[in-house]
Amino acid sequence: MSSGTGPSSSATSSRKVRLATVWLAGCSGCHMSFLDLDEWLLELAELAEIVYSPVGSDVKTYPEGVDVCLVEGGVANADNLELLHQVRTRTRVLISFGDCAITANIPGMRNMLHGADPVLRKAYLELADGSGQLPHAPGIVPELLERVLPVHELVPVELYLPGCPPSAARIRAALEPLLQGGWPELSGADLIRFG
Amino acid sequence: MSGILRVCTAAGCAGCGGSALREQLGAVIAAATTGDPASGLALKGVGCLGPCGEGALLELESASGRRLFGGITPEGVAAVAASLANLSPGTDLGTWAPPAARPIDLEQPFFRLQKRLVLEHCGRIDPESLAEALAAGSYGQLRRVLQENRPEAVIEQVRRSGLRGRGGGGYPTGLKWATVARMPGPEKVVVCNADEGDPGAFMDRSVLEGDPHRLLEGMAIAAWAVGASRGFIYVRAEYPMAIAHLRTAIAQAEDQGLLGAAIAGSAFGFQLELRVGAGAFVCGEETALIHSIEGQRGVPRPRPPYPAEVGVFGLPTLINNVETFASVPPLLAIGAEAYAAIGTTNSGGTKVFSLTGDVRLAGVLEVPMGTPIATIVETMGGGAPDGHAIKAVQTGGPSGGCVPANRLDTPVDYESLQELGSIMGSGGMVVMDDSTSMVDVACFFMAFCREESCGKCIPCRSGTVQLHLLLQKHLAGEADAADLAQLESLCHMVKDTSLCGLGQSAPKPVLSTLRHFRGDYLALLRPEPEATPEPVP
Amino acid sequence: MSVRTLRIDGRDLAVPEGTTLLQAAREAGIAIPTLCHLEGLSPVAACRLCLVEIEGTDKLLPACITPASEGMVVQTATPRLQDIRRTVVELLFTEGNHVCAICVANGHCELQDLAVTTGMDHSRLPYRFPARRVDLSHPFFGLDHNRCILCTRCVRVCDEVEGAHVWDVGWRGEHCRIIAGLDEPWGAVDACTNCGKCVQVCPTGALFHKGDTTAEKHDEPAQLQALVHARHHQQWNP
Ligand SMILES: Cc1cc2nc3c(=O)[nH]c(=O)nc-3n(C[C@H](O)[C@H](O)[C@H](O)COP(=O)(O)O)c2cc1C
Ligand code: SF4
Ligand code: SF4
Ligand code: SF4
Ligand code: SF4
Ligand code: FES
Ligand code: FES
Repeated sequence: MSSGTGPSSSATSSRKVRLATVWLAGCSGCHMSFLDLDEWLLELAELAEIVYSPVGSDVKTYPEGVDVCLVEGGVANADNLELLHQVRTRTRVLISFGDCAITANIPGMRNMLHGADPVLRKAYLELADGSGQLPHAPGIVPELLERVLPVHELVPVELYLPGCPPSAARIRAALEPLLQGGWPELSGADLIRFG
Repeated sequence: MSGILRVCTAAGCAGCGGSALREQLGAVIAAATTGDPASGLALKGVGCLGPCGEGALLELESASGRRLFGGITPEGVAAVAASLANLSPGTDLGTWAPPAARPIDLEQPFFRLQKRLVLEHCGRIDPESLAEALAAGSYGQLRRVLQENRPEAVIEQVRRSGLRGRGGGGYPTGLKWATVARMPGPEKVVVCNADEGDPGAFMDRSVLEGDPHRLLEGMAIAAWAVGASRGFIYVRAEYPMAIAHLRTAIAQAEDQGLLGAAIAGSAFGFQLELRVGAGAFVCGEETALIHSIEGQRGVPRPRPPYPAEVGVFGLPTLINNVETFASVPPLLAIGAEAYAAIGTTNSGGTKVFSLTGDVRLAGVLEVPMGTPIATIVETMGGGAPDGHAIKAVQTGGPSGGCVPANRLDTPVDYESLQELGSIMGSGGMVVMDDSTSMVDVACFFMAFCREESCGKCIPCRSGTVQLHLLLQKHLAGEADAADLAQLESLCHMVKDTSLCGLGQSAPKPVLSTLRHFRGDYLALLRPEPEATPEPVP
Repeated sequence: MSVRTLRIDGRDLAVPEGTTLLQAAREAGIAIPTLCHLEGLSPVAACRLCLVEIEGTDKLLPACITPASEGMVVQTATPRLQDIRRTVVELLFTEGNHVCAICVANGHCELQDLAVTTGMDHSRLPYRFPARRVDLSHPFFGLDHNRCILCTRCVRVCDEVEGAHVWDVGWRGEHCRIIAGLDEPWGAVDACTNCGKCVQVCPTGALFHKGDTTAEKHDEPAQLQALVHARHHQQWNP
């Protein structure tokens, strides 16, 4: 078993790094933390071009040729899965971003009920007040997967950034070397603690 | 007409007609009046006759010799009994052919190549009769050593015989006895490990059911030699007949002054108790077994201290397997040198195996140590049935490994099997033919260990689950090369870090099949997914 | 007092006879990770985190129970041992349900800390998401089985120090579970004196004070150690 060590260099100085962020089954807290980077975001904008992001871009389809992508959230439904596979085939350095992406975390708590159907029943029938109807709208509401899975159980991942959410400092510690053509060494409680 | 009818009533045969056969033949004989052919016949229910796969079995012994019949079904029992009842006067038992029964050649290699020391009386005597055991020589060695009164000489004999623990580990028995004997303190304990929990192993059962007095004698000799006055037999609850026969035997021996106080008129006393396990494989591990005897949760603890130092109730304790103890009386009878000469240099004496799986003649047999596996499975067992070839022979159950067909010339001794990545184990030998998937086999044993893990230490409690899931992933065709690599490294981790023998050996069936049958695993891997695209310039 | 000299990670040490490798290493400032071990409780050597390599034997031995012996040469942090420790932590995380973000022990949890020290930034083994229960029947304390790592510290402290023996381990293998009394709700077990020692020694967020919410629980083994020390030496005034 070897842990993921990614490509040694991720950008050439000649052009901006194509950076994306993706939000799967998570609370968007990781993205909020990303925004907490505050003024460093300006520096980031110098080094990277945000090519896809729910908080930094209006692009609706995940583009080709992405250098680095931060993936927030576990993989909970068919849409998540489809997007994740797109991200994987079009991205060089995939970063599992936050505890939900790495452990399934809060969204993964539904796994303890073992299956999508029991979860829907619990939420929409047992605990609902009155309406008593299972949501079913193919093509509109994405189908739940049987289990919420961490990203790396489905596709290879180059870097892990734990935390719920990872602090802005932690995000910077991961991104900065990548943007400068290096590879981050993440260790110690400040950089890799869960929770 | 005179003669002896022996019906195997051991557990392997009892259920498939043996019990009914004994009952109905008994009724015929009891009803016979003088002059009837059946009068004058003796009927015995005996322990395992050997070819358990052929049951139910009936052996006829008369002036013209012994003949064995098998394949008697529960439905056929009545016909056999009727045929016996209706024999014409003057018929010789030697010419009677029981209907719906298949003659089994007693001259075939299965019988001829055996060397029965431990099983000497098994299948010959009525295990519930002390008189028969005594007539066959039981307790003779106990009496003799008590008379000679030189315990250290007994230990020396055991040491020189080369006898090694038959419970799986192969620890030199004489050395273990000497260690316990040297321990200070007035009170010591002797324990017999009769927890036989490996799937596919039933050697100890045949001794317990078929000749319990042999075990009791062996234990009493051991107790005397090491200076113990208390003993326990820890037997698994799944062996009700063994338990019943042991109870009977202990009561009989106590009654005759062969157990209890002042044995055979000497100053030596030995109180023997039965403890019945509750169906946990791990309780066969000696420290878990000790806890279980003490009435605690049956979980292992780290060794040292070894049971020889700190055992049952904190006392120095000698723990040996059923077959180890049962080897002692015959070993003393023929002498250490003669016993050692039967086996190989490092493994003295004989070993009982239970032969099962894809083999023509399955059952319990005893052979000299060092007999090639091929002799056992091909020559004696008749090889794989109908058109199939043997692919591998599994030894040592969930703690063991597979010997591939091209290595069947390997002799059964502790070191040779270890070299191949398997172990002698307690004597289960499962033959697998060419239709077997070795990944399936590995997965079966991992499922067993997963279920039987006591849960005390994390590598075994959780590692066996992850290993089992990985094997299932392989079998489902969903594994890739990375999963195979993970399987292998996790196997080493669990093996190297688990607290007791269960976890330490749980990965062995996987590692051994990976070593000899890697192709079986590779064939299950799914093709590599498309590689991530090369980075854009 | 007889002395044993040995070498741990290249450092020559002299310790009194009977010292464990763990004690010897700690005295020399060499950190060996532990989880089931707790000074003041009997050793069980169950978590296997403290396994070390010893020259001359292939076997890895648990530092928490292996006595230092003369001339021993010990390695505590080889790459092999580090990978083993990471795997142990992965096995612990994946067999339970650990959602640190909402855990009472977040930030003060020995398991969470171990993930950091072993570099476990993700588990290479799949999460199993077992169905486990929470026992809130006790008036003051709670037990969340999702976070229990079966270290048995609670079992031992309640038995060996408090003398109440409320806890034990029920079932076996993956089904193992800490049980109160004869597998009753904790609150229904009369033997419990409400002393809180089990909560104090629990290394994770499994046992907690009912008032505590996220990140508010700290384990306090020092209190146990002070008590055991006082009893042993019959010294009740600090
Ligand atoms: C998981 C496990 C199960 C075991 N089961 C048995 C058993 O059923 N019978 C047995 O004799 N030994 C068993 N052993 C081996 C015993 O621990 C012990 O080594 C043996 O009883 C010693 O007797 P011997 O020296 O005569 O072999 C087992 C060991 C392990 C680790
Ligand atoms: S190796 Fe398995 S059976 Fe042995 S102590 Fe550990 S969990 Fe229990
Ligand atoms: S017990 Fe520790 S590891 Fe588990 S959820 Fe709580 S903080 Fe995280
Ligand atoms: S509170 Fe005290 S008595 Fe009650 S279970 Fe915990 S340690 Fe035992
Ligand atoms: S409840 Fe806490 S102290 Fe008790 S076994 Fe679980 S983790 Fe250990
Ligand atoms: S049990 Fe009847 S022959 Fe073995
Ligand atoms: S601390 Fe030594 S095995 Fe747990």
